[in-house]
Amino acid sequence: MATSLQNAPETTGSAARRPTLSERQKVAIVTVSVLAVVTAVAALRAGSSTVLVQALVTGVLTGGIYSLVAMGLTLIYGVLHIINFANGALVALAMYLTFVTVDTMGVHPYTALLVVVPAMGVLGALLQTSLLNPVMRAPIQIQLLVTIGLALAIENVLLLVFGPTPRSVQLPGNVGVSILGATVELSRIYAFVGALVLVAILSLVLQRTAIGTSIRAVAANPEGARLVGINTKSIYSVTFALGAMAAGAAGVLVAPFTTIEPTSGAIFNLTAFVVVVLGGMGNIPGALVGGLVVGLTEQLAGLILPDESPLLAVFVVFLIVLFIRPKGVFGRAS
Amino acid sequence: MTTTATPRTSTSAGGGLTGRLTTDTGSQRSRGDYVVLAVFVAVAAAVPFVLSASDMAIANRVLIFAIMGVGWNIMAGFGGMFSFGHAAYFGIGAYATAYGVVVLGLSPWLGMLLGIAISVAAGVGISYLALRYKLTGAYYTMSTFAFAEALRLFVIGNDALNRTVGFTIPVQQGSSLVDFQFPAGSPWYYWIGLGLLGMCLLASILFVRSRPGRFTIAARDDDVAAAALGIDVLRHKLFAVAVSAAITAVAGTYYVQYYMFVDPEIAFGAAASNDAIITAVVGGTGTIWGPIVGAIIMAPLSDVVTGFLRTPPPGFEWLAGHGGLDIILYAVILVAVVILLPKGVYGTLVSRRRKS
Repeated sequence: MATSLQNAPETTGSAARRPTLSERQKVAIVTVSVLAVVTAVAALRAGSSTVLVQALVTGVLTGGIYSLVAMGLTLIYGVLHIINFANGALVALAMYLTFVTVDTMGVHPYTALLVVVPAMGVLGALLQTSLLNPVMRAPIQIQLLVTIGLALAIENVLLLVFGPTPRSVQLPGNVGVSILGATVELSRIYAFVGALVLVAILSLVLQRTAIGTSIRAVAANPEGARLVGINTKSIYSVTFALGAMAAGAAGVLVAPFTTIEPTSGAIFNLTAFVVVVLGGMGNIPGALVGGLVVGLTEQLAGLILPDESPLLAVFVVFLIVLFIRPKGVFGRAS
Repeated sequence: MTTTATPRTSTSAGGGLTGRLTTDTGSQRSRGDYVVLAVFVAVAAAVPFVLSASDMAIANRVLIFAIMGVGWNIMAGFGGMFSFGHAAYFGIGAYATAYGVVVLGLSPWLGMLLGIAISVAAGVGISYLALRYKLTGAYYTMSTFAFAEALRLFVIGNDALNRTVGFTIPVQQGSSLVDFQFPAGSPWYYWIGLGLLGMCLLASILFVRSRPGRFTIAARDDDVAAAALGIDVLRHKLFAVAVSAAITAVAGTYYVQYYMFVDPEIAFGAAASNDAIITAVVGGTGTIWGPIVGAIIMAPLSDVVTGFLRTPPPGFEWLAGHGGLDIILYAVILVAVVILLPKGVYGTLVSRRRKS
């Protein structure tokens, strides 16, 4: 898979463009062995295989959800080089849109995708065109401040309109099922599958469509893309729209098992940053792997250090990775 | 207008927001700064005689915002290290003070020194790593953000720091300068805060005039050229970080002593980082006085909005009892200033005046 946005458009899988295979293998081996050791320690601490299996299954599923939320973030970073601090707020907005759709029309929550995803796409394009395109030449922190302002505005408009009362969306037939002895809600499995589908869709859009080729061209070399007649500004808008749509899809899929509050997305924001850095910023399949690593780290750390916040381990891993391999563990080597 | 994504030239960590535009480095201007500082403190000291007791709460918040903005500005405005995690230093100052007072039985002033010491050590440590490994742009941003977040999670998981409950400073009878406690509504809180702000501003002016300060600004504008001239970029940037972390920790101490309460969200939450950034950005980064202007604009917003909603004009009644409007305004001002006045309100005024 060569869906990393850093790759040139014509690359569709040649090994020469990627870090050497041995390096990838090394990273994979180190990651797997570290996870194995951590799992073993967690198993000793937990003392029961049921608890361990529950943690592993939950970790993988939660990881899928983290990567789902991170997908829009990594796409936007890959092309616009903006860390979209508003990603979480967009996810929260999508959750509320799902709530409203289900509440007023009485439809199945997943049919809300048909309403929410296009709506988020339009919103994303508008935001990029009106607020971010004017500052695309400014230093990076200007753009970050715009997205921070956006995040605050979206969250507080939600607070203003819906109030602080938490909302929820019921998924019909959302029962717990048993996987390898671990009990999991069906809605989480659907969200996990949704993450896989989203990776596939985004990869297809980027690899197989004309607009995807243009997006990759702009990501690889905006100046060159402009010279061959690509309107970079509209590509930026399309990319932000795609990122917002990914956030929208994520919002719909997580709504059935998330307490819907204005700040619900901000909680995902933090893990999404970690996922994106681990996976290599701009690398869409990388986000999937990063999500799984974060989900497992969180669950296993919860077993090893039950008194600490499980996310603390995630952030420590994050800071270490940031300093040692800032291009991402699973991204291209610098 | 052509737009490309290439001209992202920030080579230093984060890059200076205003580039080389509005730094008051000329010595004659800096002498003027001392005069302005003296006049500012003298005039501001009279505020308690003018404002009502309820308005003094707003004035105190202006002071907290201003100290945070001044602290952040040293690192980001003058140092070019655009931190999104100044909540770390604010929170360390707040928690060190609260822990010192509640658990160790120290005077808050000793708690303040403790907070400054830990904050400086933490700031220099994390920034050494970030600069040593040359984190730039988005990665630098993430490291600062993650550091504050990791501290928040650490406190939430730490029994000695009361987890999510936080600390409440025990109330004492009467006034005591040593214990930094006065009856509610006493102007002494304001005067002490003003004194602290004055010292932080003085530190800011001295920093900009000092050799480390000038070297830091040079490195902000072009760290390769600065290094080529023999400037020890890393050491001077770390000095800027230390000053910035110390000032921000002072804001944390003042917060705890004034509100007499702190919890992990207040201390280390993203809102604290945002307050520091937005105060300086709205006023003008890389200027001595920008954060003061920013604090005067931004800090009273929520009270103004609350007052507005208490007696909403016709057509706005539905807003009564809903929260969020203040932060929406806050966000709108931030985005508008960033897009329309990237030098900030004060920065723009200064550069206009210089042109004419």
